[in-house]
Formats: sequence, C-alpha cells, structure tokens
Amino acid sequence: MPIQDAMERVGNFDEVTYGYSVEDTLRECERCLYCPEPACIASCPVAIDIPGFIEKISAKDYRGAYDVISETNLLPAICGRVCPQEDQCEGVCPVGDPLKPVAIGRLERWVGDLAIAENWVNVPYIEPNGFKIGIVGSGPAGIACAAEMAKAGCDVTIYEALHLPGGVLRYGIPDFRLPNSVVDQEIENLKKLGVKIECNVLIGRLFTIQQMVDEFGYDAIFIGTGAGYPKFMGIEGESLNGVVSANELLTRCNLMHAGEFPAYDTPLHLGKRVAIIGAGNTAMDAMRVALRQGAEKVYCVYRRTKAESPARAEEIDHAEEEGVDFQWLTAPVEILDDGDGNVRAMRCIRMELGEPDDSGRRRPVPIEDSDYEFETDMVVYAIGTNANPIIGQTSKIKLNEWGYVEVDDNLATSMAGVYAGGDIVTGAATVILAMGLGRRAAHNMKAYLGIRDTNIVYAGHPTETDETLFGIAANERNFHRVRLAKDITSSTEEEIHA
Amino acid sequence: MDIPRPNQVGTGEPGFEVVARQDFSDTTFLLEIEHPLMANAARPGQFVIVIPDEHGERIPLTIADFDRDQGTVTLVIQAVGKTSKEMQRVCQTGSALFSVTGPMGVPSHITDAKKVICVGGGLGVAPVFPQARAHKENGAYVIGIVGFRSKDLVFWDDKFEKYCDEFIVCTDDGSRGIKGLVTKGIEAAAEKHADIDELIAIGPPIMMKACAETTRTLGIKTMVSLNPIMVDGTGMCGGCRVKVGGSIKFACVDGPDFDGHAVDFDDLMNRLQRFKEDEKVALERWTESCRRLDQSPLEPLPPDKASPRAGA
Ligand SMILES: Cc1cc2nc3c(=O)[nH]c(=O)nc-3n(C[C@H](O)[C@H](O)[C@H](O)COP(=O)(O)OP(=O)(O)OC[C@H]3O[C@@H](n4cnc5c(N)ncnc54)[C@H](O)[C@@H]3O)c2cc1C
Ligand SMILES: Cc1cc2nc3c(=O)[nH]c(=O)nc-3n(C[C@H](O)[C@H](O)[C@H](O)COP(=O)(O)OP(=O)(O)OC[C@H]3O[C@@H](n4cnc5c(N)ncnc54)[C@H](O)[C@@H]3O)c2cc1C
Ligand code: SF4
Ligand code: FES
Repeated sequence: MPIQDAMERVGNFDEVTYGYSVEDTLRECERCLYCPEPACIASCPVAIDIPGFIEKISAKDYRGAYDVISETNLLPAICGRVCPQEDQCEGVCPVGDPLKPVAIGRLERWVGDLAIAENWVNVPYIEPNGFKIGIVGSGPAGIACAAEMAKAGCDVTIYEALHLPGGVLRYGIPDFRLPNSVVDQEIENLKKLGVKIECNVLIGRLFTIQQMVDEFGYDAIFIGTGAGYPKFMGIEGESLNGVVSANELLTRCNLMHAGEFPAYDTPLHLGKRVAIIGAGNTAMDAMRVALRQGAEKVYCVYRRTKAESPARAEEIDHAEEEGVDFQWLTAPVEILDDGDGNVRAMRCIRMELGEPDDSGRRRPVPIEDSDYEFETDMVVYAIGTNANPIIGQTSKIKLNEWGYVEVDDNLATSMAGVYAGGDIVTGAATVILAMGLGRRAAHNMKAYLGIRDTNIVYAGHPTETDETLFGIAANERNFHRVRLAKDITSSTEEEIHA
Repeated sequence: MDIPRPNQVGTGEPGFEVVARQDFSDTTFLLEIEHPLMANAARPGQFVIVIPDEHGERIPLTIADFDRDQGTVTLVIQAVGKTSKEMQRVCQTGSALFSVTGPMGVPSHITDAKKVICVGGGLGVAPVFPQARAHKENGAYVIGIVGFRSKDLVFWDDKFEKYCDEFIVCTDDGSRGIKGLVTKGIEAAAEKHADIDELIAIGPPIMMKACAETTRTLGIKTMVSLNPIMVDGTGMCGGCRVKVGGSIKFACVDGPDFDGHAVDFDDLMNRLQRFKEDEKVALERWTESCRRLDQSPLEPLPPDKASPRAGA
C-alpha cells in the first residue's frame, strides 16, 4: 500500500495512505479464497458480503461491487478508512495465517472512493409514507438511521448542535485520515435520499424531545448524540493553561481551522513539547495533529503496553514512524506549573503489568519509587469520555448508572417511539458499531410504526444486487428502482484508468 | 404544528438576521436577532454561541433579553477583542450572523427567595436583567445594583427601574450614584435590609469574586454566572472547565450558574489568560486590516483573509 513518506507527511494534512490503483486492487482481490463460510462476514458488525463484492471487483463490475457494499454499509469510503479491520474482518481471514490477510478495508475504500468519483448513488424511488422522523445528532449513528428511514419513505430531519454535520467524523478524525471532502460527499448522498439536515440546533434546549413528539408531530425519534464530555484524571495541575482534552485540540483544528489562525479566528496555542495521555484512536489523532501543527516533540504516555492499546494498529505504526516518543507502561502523577499558571513539566511513574482485570487486559500496577519528571508545555487528555448530560437534563428518558441512555433489546428508550444508538448508548465505540446500531434502531422504528421492513430482502439474497438497491428489492411494494440516465452506463475500465 | 425553521447554514439563506441594533457607548452595543424558536425557549441565565462569519470563532454571549411575540433574542456585547470589535463594526441592522446556537446552559434557578439583590458589573449588567425581572415576576422584593466606570456608560437603567424595588448605581468616578465598586452598594443594601435571601452577581470574575467575599461575611447565599473560554458549548471539549467546590465542572452544560462561595475564581482568571498572546496577534492584525480598508476601501483584504485556505 503506497503511503506518504513519514518525514514529508508530518508537514501537511494530506492523507497518509494513498488509495490503491486498479492494478493493486485486482491483484489484492485474487488473494481471496471465497470461503464457503466466510469468517469475514461473520465478524463484520454490519455483515457486508465481503467475498461478494470482491468477486464483483474481480469481474470488473465495479458498480456491482458498490451495490453489494451499499446494501449494508452506507459509508464505504469512510469505513474503509477508519474501521479497526484487524479486529474484525481482516483479523479472522484465513489468508492472514501465515500471509497477510486480504486487505478488505483497502478494497472497501477503493470502491467507496470510486463511487464518489463516479457520483454513484443508489437512490431508490421513494414513495412518501407520511411518517415524520426526527434524528438527534448527525454522527454515524444518526446518519445510518436517517438513511434507512428515508429509504422507507419517511420524512426525515436530522438536528445537529454544531454548525456542520458529521459528528466525530467532522470534528474528531483529522483530514489526513479522513478528508472532510469524503464526509461532505457522504452527507450529500444522504440529502439525495431526501434527508433534511438542520445544523445549529441543540435538542433539549432549543426544543425538547417531548416537544418534538407533542408539538411538532414526530412519529418516531432517534437519539445519536455521541459520548462527548471528556474525562480528566483529577491529578494535581490539571487546570493549568496548556492542559486540554483531545476533543478540544481536535475540534479547534478540524472543525474551527485553528491551524490556519489568524486567517481563521480560533486560536490553538500549541506547545513545543506536547504530552498526550492515552493510546486510543483519539490519542493517536491528537499526537499526529500536534506534529503537523509544528510541535517539536510529542510524547505518548500510556499505562499499559502497545499490545493493549485500543487504537487501530495502522495508526500506532504511523504515529511511531512520524516520530512520536511512546512512553509505554507509564502513568501521569502530577502536572507541574511554571509559576505563571502554565504547564512546565509532568511527573510520571513507571508501571508493570499484573493480573488481568475485568476487560481481560492485564492490570497495570505502579513500580515503587520509579517516578520521574520530564519537560512539556502542553498536556492533552485522551483517556475517554463520559456521557453527555444534555438529554438527561432535558427529558425524562431513563439513563443507566453511568448516564448513558438506557435501551431495551430493540434499542427503544423508556419514552414511547424514541430510540437511541451509537456512543450515547454503548459509550465510546467505533464508527461501524454506531452505524450498525443506527440501522438496527431504524429496523425497530419501522416495526413500531408498522412500516414493512425491507431488511429481510438483502439478508436473504445478498448477491442479487441487480434486483435490490440499498437493499430494497425492485419488486417491493412502494419501491421502484430508478436510475438516472447518467448512471445507467456503468463506467468502463478505461474511464477508471483515466 | 409545523416547526418554524431557524435560519440555516449552507442552504443559501442569509443566516441569522440582526433586526435591531443600539449603541450604548464606544464599546457596548446591543443586537436583536430574529430566532422565534429561541425566543420561545430562552430562560434567564442561558447563553448562545455565535459564529459571526465563516472564518469566525465560536463566542458565548448571554441572552440579555427575549421577546416571544416578536420572536427575537437580545445580546449585549462589549467590544474587547478581535471578534467582538469586528461584530461592533459589521453587525448592522439587516446584516446576518453565520451561526447562532442556543439557548445553552442550565437556566438560572429562580428560587422562592423573598428578597433578592441582583448585581451587574460592566458587561454583566445586561445578563443579570432577565433574572431581576424573573424574581420580580415571582413576587420577590428586588434590589438592583449596577456598576460602571462613569455615568456616560450607564445603560438599561430604565429597564432596571421598572422591575426593581430599589435600584443602586455605582460608578468608579462617582459621576453617578455611589462612588466606588458594586460591593459598596451591596454593603449599603445589606445594612438597610437584614433579611436578604439571595444575591446574584454577574460581571468580570474579579467583580464576582469581590461580591462573593462580601456576602460570605454577611452570610448571604450567592449565585454567580461564570464566563470561561468556550468552544462548542455542548459539553464535548472540556475547554470551559471550572473548579467549583474542589471538583471540575463544565460551565457550558453544568452551569453557567454556580454557588459563588464554592467557585475558585483565581483558577478561572488564570484560565481566561490562556490565549492572551494569540488574542493580541488577532486584534493587531485586524486593526491593521481595518486601517487599510478605511484608507482605500476598494483594496482587498490581505490575501489569507480573502481566501483563508490559500497556502494552507
Ligand atoms: C478523535 C477520534 C478518533 C476516532 N477514530 C476512530 C477510528 O479510527 N475508527 C473508528 O471506528 N472509530 C473511531 N472513533 C470513534 C467513533 O468516531 C465514534 O464511536 C462514533 O463517531 C460514534 O458515533 P455517534 O453517531 O454515536 O456519535 P458522534 O459521532 O459523537 O456524533 C454525535 C453528534 O450529535 C451531536 N449532538 C450531541 N448532542 C446533541 C443535541 N443535544 N442536539 C443536537 N445534536 C447533538 C454532536 O454535536 C455530534 O455531532 C474515534 C473517535 C474520536 C473522538
Ligand atoms: C457564558 C458566557 C456568557 C458571556 N456573555 C457575554 C455577554 O453577554 N456580553 C459580552 O460582551 N461578553 C460575554 N461573554 C464574554 C465573551 O464571550 C468574550 O468577551 C468574547 O469571547 C471575547 O472575544 P474577542 O475575540 O472579542 O476577544 P478576545 O481577544 O478573544 O479576548 C479579549 C479579552 O476577553 C477575555 N475573554 C476571552 N474570551 C472570553 C470569554 N469567553 N469570557 C470572558 N472573557 C473572555 C480575554 O481574557 C481577553 O482578556 C460571555 C462569556 C461566557 C462564557
Ligand atoms: S475470510 Fe478472507 S479469504 Fe475468506 S472470503 Fe473473507 S476475505 Fe476472502
Ligand atoms: S465549551 Fe466545550 S465543553 Fe463546554
């Protein structure tokens, strides 16, 4: 896989991993064994028919490959980039032992990018059914739920508190990993399904969920407000200037363009020596953004080892190549000030791994008298998030003991007709899981409203893509497959080479 | 019922319209923004986040008043730095703001207090007004105390007089009312009334700190509205965290109102200095571009402002 040289890429925000060429793609497809019982499908949270789309690519039916993927995954260009494939499809692919597994994520991304370049969208003929659906939050959970409901003929509106849609895809994950243009494109596709997006609307405060039901006539509502509310540790020195959450650093840069200050008004005030606490995806993003914004030295402080780190393997490798100084088995004890209210240094203690804890990971225990100090002028917390309190403050919806929205097996909340999914239900998870829950909630919302659900169609005939689009069978009542004239001519290979 | 749509970003619509403007002094001005849904939802103590234009930052401003019939919310802004000065220059009646989101924050808890003092200092005079009015409407005896540098800067005295049973003006130079800080006004009021249930103070942190110190000795319950630097205003970034009673709170979703006797004001004041250097750079650069613009109005702005992505 071609990637940008590490020394060069820390100076820019261009994507680190270039996409595959057609040749790379076809060569990679040849490695698939087309297993009779494909493990990859079983471990994909949305059960993409992986050998199915690989087969289509091999047959050079690229549009067909896109149709297979888009039956279950609305955002292939995004998921191909950000899914933890090594823990999902690629982790179980038998080719992976002893070789490298089939690069499923890359293939997915290639198809997704091609779809964007070729402007392919599978917009079925949608007959309005008169139901009004409100979606709270425009992250992957909300997007997935909105798309499903729109395809079923509902009048769908997404409400987003920020001034741009996309949730973490927009404000969290940086451009060099997921370009904003890709997010924009996927949002455009959503609008083509008839979904309306209203930004600058903080649900709960501008109007409540109860009001949406009582006054505004929403028949069903989906809550996908994400996790938010970053955690701090409560150690000495945390309120010094220079201590920020990764969410703040990333939001300033990705959403508000602080990197282009003063042309954009939001400042960043990056340190020269930046220490990031944590080693998940959020931490990796914060480190690599700090490097690109010009930090001289970036440390990663993590109390376990690389093996326990929850980040995508590729992101850790990239961060290492880019020069991040990883302090594994290290925990912060105190942040020290410069006498003027700013960060001067951090005191840490070394750890060793003890017995496994609840999560099955070996619990880190401090090594006595091993503490040491190092100089830093910015400390970034990336140790997870708590539940955002706004929905709880403004509705009677039942929360669990940690403040997340409580749902039953159908993802229904304690308020009739109100469903929830994504990080606000599970706690911080992944893009694909949030999307999976958004779709599952949609499935149950349709049942609640008495709309015939079409999910069965695509589960049953996964390869009959000519007959289904977005999973909706052409002969399904209410739905009729219409492709615009422009779309009918599937691209020839030459066009793609060009 | 159909939902009245707030004006939207990216739909080609102009944004959130400024329907009225009033200037109180060289530095303080009022904007009335059309937003019927927000006028309907707003409660005393809440705020909005405004992004003036596409390259702008998100700045929090308290909702100083709201008119449910007209469908407007009122903001009173003090021009202190780049963003607020730019707004002072460009936000005329008929212009539009890129984004206005809110109402944010937990509304002030209007208690059943029988006798209340509402204190506003400088930019805090406007935001304390809705609380004074709410307490009055709740049947309380309301004492309004406002502080300004001098009599020329006084505004909204008519509004306060309408809803306050007693109204005290303090000026630094003694050109009107009591000469001295608002704490002098508080002491005077406390001397006269032994039965004050609650005091609400809004203004610069140093003034709120002084009020809290004064009432601590007098034993009066005190609520303050904190103004840390914010980004999203939705609880997602933690930039607005403040120390209250030894624990960390996010002012945008846990506040902005807190018990004045539990707030660590020194911590707040330190955190407000976070971007001091950057704020200076931004202001100087903007002042320079204004100067050039005023000299030759047709000359375009510096290139990076005209096309901010160039060279990025
Ligand atoms: C920096 C970072 C990097 C990550 N990297 C990866 C990765 O590489 N791979 C991966 O799989 N996962 C990754 N994740 C996790 C993944 O992004 C999340 O699990 C996923 O985005 C959750 O989706 P969601 O729809 O539940 O919520 P979010 O994406 O958080 O979206 C919620 C949206 O709701 C809005 N909202 C909140 N409250 C309200 C309200 N009251 N009214 C209106 N709108 C509201 C928010 O503004 C936000 O836009 C990463 C997360 C972060 C923070
Ligand atoms: C909940 C809340 C309500 C507010 N309500 C109002 C209001 O009704 N009217 C009003 O004029 N201002 C209000 N403020 C303050 C206002 O947000 C700041 O004055 C504004 O962000 C300054 O931006 P600037 O670019 O003009 O100045 P900058 O150059 O960014 O800052 C200039 C000076 O203002 C201070 N400052 C910067 N940001 C803030 C901030 N968020 N709060 C306080 N001081 C700050 C800086 O320390 C600096 O000394 C409120 C702030 C909060 C958090
Ligand atoms: S597990 Fe690997 S080899 Fe088997 S079908 Fe899936 S991608 Fe192909
Ligand atoms: S402003 Fe971001 S959490 Fe309060």
